[in-house]
Amino acid sequence: MANLGEIVQKIRSKNAGPFWLTVDIFCGTPHAYEYVIARLFSATVAKAFGVNTQDIKRFDIANLHVVKFSLPRPHVQGSTLDPDMHGASWAALLAELPLEN
Amino acid sequence: MTTRVLIPSGALGLNYDQVALDRGIAMKPDIIAIDGGSTDSGPAYLGRGVSKYSRASTKIEWRGLMEARAKAGVPLVIGTSGTCGADNAVNWMLDITREIATDLRQSLKIAVLRCSQDTAVMSTAFSDGRITPLPAAPNVTADDFATCTNIVALAGAEQIAAALETNADIVIAGRTTDTAIIAALPIMRGNDAGAAWHGAKIGECGALCASNPQSGVVMMEFDNDGFTVIPLADGAKATPHTVSAHMLYENSDPFILYEPGGYLDVTDATYAALDDTRVRVTGSKWVPADRYTVKLEGARPAGFQCVLLCLLRDAHYVKNAQIWANDIISKCRSKVIRRLGVAPEEFEIELRLMGQNASFGTLETHAAQPHEIGVLAIVTAKSNALAMEIGQFLNPYLLHHPLTQAEEQPTFAFPFSPAEISRGQTYEFCLNHVLTLDDPMSAFRLEQVQIG
Repeated sequence: MANLGEIVQKIRSKNAGPFWLTVDIFCGTPHAYEYVIARLFSATVAKAFGVNTQDIKRFDIANLHVVKFSLPRPHVQGSTLDPDMHGASWAALLAELPLEN
Repeated sequence: MTTRVLIPSGALGLNYDQVALDRGIAMKPDIIAIDGGSTDSGPAYLGRGVSKYSRASTKIEWRGLMEARAKAGVPLVIGTSGTCGADNAVNWMLDITREIATDLRQSLKIAVLRCSQDTAVMSTAFSDGRITPLPAAPNVTADDFATCTNIVALAGAEQIAAALETNADIVIAGRTTDTAIIAALPIMRGNDAGAAWHGAKIGECGALCASNPQSGVVMMEFDNDGFTVIPLADGAKATPHTVSAHMLYENSDPFILYEPGGYLDVTDATYAALDDTRVRVTGSKWVPADRYTVKLEGARPAGFQCVLLCLLRDAHYVKNAQIWANDIISKCRSKVIRRLGVAPEEFEIELRLMGQNASFGTLETHAAQPHEIGVLAIVTAKSNALAMEIGQFLNPYLLHHPLTQAEEQPTFAFPFSPAEISRGQTYEFCLNHVLTLDDPMSAFRLEQVQIG
């Protein structure tokens, strides 16, 4: 079992406005892309971010070998409990996610 | 007809490569367009109506662009002036422009597009059903609009076009969509609308859509069925991958982009390398909407904050930091309620364990054992005086609180004296809504100003 971040080229997260977070998983190769889309479930991502699966938007973009998730921000940007104004650190939560073989 | 839009940088304040900018001017652009802000740095800028970037830096970079404009003899447009685009920030940008124009002895026609909204008018619009929520919008009532210190409407291509039609040398716009300042002129000149919006989205962060993104400068060339991305710095190369990947950036949907008056659909777009630096894009679609809407942004006060910082280095306390922090919050809260007579909901105390779980809180999955933890204490209350007073209640706990009564009194490290640091008034975003307009200009004000 390896972590998602060890399998793909790069994972980044960023605000998509103050109320949404978007996470781009750049798999790097067709092989890594196929591997990831077969094993990474939206429900797993929802659980990692503490949101409901139905609130997550998922895009599997084959020609870029990218899997993208957009979700309501865990805390509204800049609200009292928001730890990360730009939303960039959240990528680490997915990078450290173990994927089953 | 071809329209060339020269984009010096992703935002004024981020600097740009002067050599690449000169190269762009030599290519005879039809317009120079630069973004001046976004919501990305948080609600305080909109709440206060101020810029994130230093005035001195902004002035130096804007001066360079005003000189480039004079050389090129084309309009220079800035969108979302002063980070937030509220009227106060627009006036700040106009003042800077006046000072530079005087220095450079430039005689200028300026079009100023103001985007701030009257809170009472917005409250009525909400009651009349003309303001509707977008996904993940907070629940608001008509009364909430009055609590906002600033509400701005995001202008689109129509309002920028109106400003350009005044034949202004410089357009200083309040809040616009990031793309509108780039898309407006190609649309006015009859270039393909899908290409105009798609190219605008690709170019809105400057050279971020190419290699060497720090250079900033990129030229977008629009025509009747597509657009070409031309990065201008030495060593900067756009590829079909770097260009198409930019549709993902800060965008919740990589294929659809909503704008005032419709949406962009890039599902069928194709990206082709013209050579090793330029990329040609075709097949982007613009789908006009039945009704004209503009997005609203609003920020309102969210209490005053006092912060304190201390460091845990003693292994016993580092190991039990969460228990220690929870105990402090509980004891300090009781004391504040008892001694100050304030209600529990009137204040918050948070202790963030920096180095342990400060990024993700309860979502943190790592149980690693750091050797040191920074404790950031955040007090939020309805007045600055109360926040500071509660900070003073908290101070002795952070200095000496023992895990159990049995142990010797500990002392923790404080980097500052006084330990209580006032953050003053804080703000929060409170709108993710759209406003329906009968006429695109009805929520905006256009003023013509002559300088020199």
